[in-house]
Amino acid sequence: MAIKGTIIIDTELCKGCELCVLACPQKGLVLSDKINLKGYRVVELYMDNCTGCVNCALVCPDSAITVYREKKAQAV
Amino acid sequence: MEQFLINPDCMVYDNHPVTLTGEPYHYCPGCGHGVIHKVLMEVVRDLGIQEEVIGVAPVGCSVFAYHYMNVDMQEAAHGRASAVATAIKRVRPQNYVFSYQGDGDLAAIGTAETIHTVNRGENILMVFVNNAIYGMTGGQMAPTSLLGMKTSTSPYGRDAASMGNPIKITELLAQLPGAYYVARHAVHTPNAVRKLSKAFKNAFEYQKLNRGTCFIEVVSNCPSGWKMSPVQSIDWIEKNMLPMFPLGDIKVPDPKTGNPVMVKNN
Repeated sequence: MAIKGTIIIDTELCKGCELCVLACPQKGLVLSDKINLKGYRVVELYMDNCTGCVNCALVCPDSAITVYREKKAQAV
Repeated sequence: MEQFLINPDCMVYDNHPVTLTGEPYHYCPGCGHGVIHKVLMEVVRDLGIQEEVIGVAPVGCSVFAYHYMNVDMQEAAHGRASAVATAIKRVRPQNYVFSYQGDGDLAAIGTAETIHTVNRGENILMVFVNNAIYGMTGGQMAPTSLLGMKTSTSPYGRDAASMGNPIKITELLAQLPGAYYVARHAVHTPNAVRKLSKAFKNAFEYQKLNRGTCFIEVVSNCPSGWKMSPVQSIDWIEKNMLPMFPLGDIKVPDPKTGNPVMVKNN
């Protein structure tokens, strides 16, 4: 069973540069139609296959992504 | 989505380390400066030296670095960040001192200060962000602009006969005896960012040894100056910047003797 993870994107910090979309090995991120207060289209996680690999957060230039991953003890 | 994971115990990456102030960056979408700020400050957090670090901010796009980095900072005149960092380190040798400069700042107006700081072997970390263009002033040609690169002051492309060749200042500085650790890294892929983080960590640890200057060049992107989307700029780094500015260590301390030695590439 794959390790489960998820991310939270701070939509007010996101500038829609799509570098996280490029970095995601699971191709689970997409530029959405939602627009934040600054007028940027923001990225969202649209698939349930995040493994918490942290790649998106590492390349995010605006520190908008927090990553959560299940602990090994919890994995079945 | 996966609500049970969202708790502090499962957090593996905090987007707001205590060493960043949390203020939103003013940089353009996709700019590498944000990543470099974040990686540098994460290393400061991981080493637990937030109270002991003093940074020197440059002139250029990252002129407001002191708004974002939650450590003691000092602004310097254009190009003189390494000279100011020298003074700070000499007055306060117990502190960790770093300077953070772009290519227009470090390799153009501040060339003299940069070369002499490294030549004196000042015990500081110099971070050099190379995006091959003057970003803040509107995309003019920088000393590091590539041959044939179109900028607002070289609209037909950079020509070696009239505008000179791109300067590889990192290789140049590695020749100097005062340089202790010299490396070039990038921020275009997650793995490159991980390597950069290790290099910053090494550099802060070498600073304790008091052996010489640590110099880290970071190949970065400037989507606005290059007139392309952030995703295209990542591709452009790989195709054009990296052949000219190959990544890797250039001068590292020998593990046995501790003396710096040049790394033979290819």
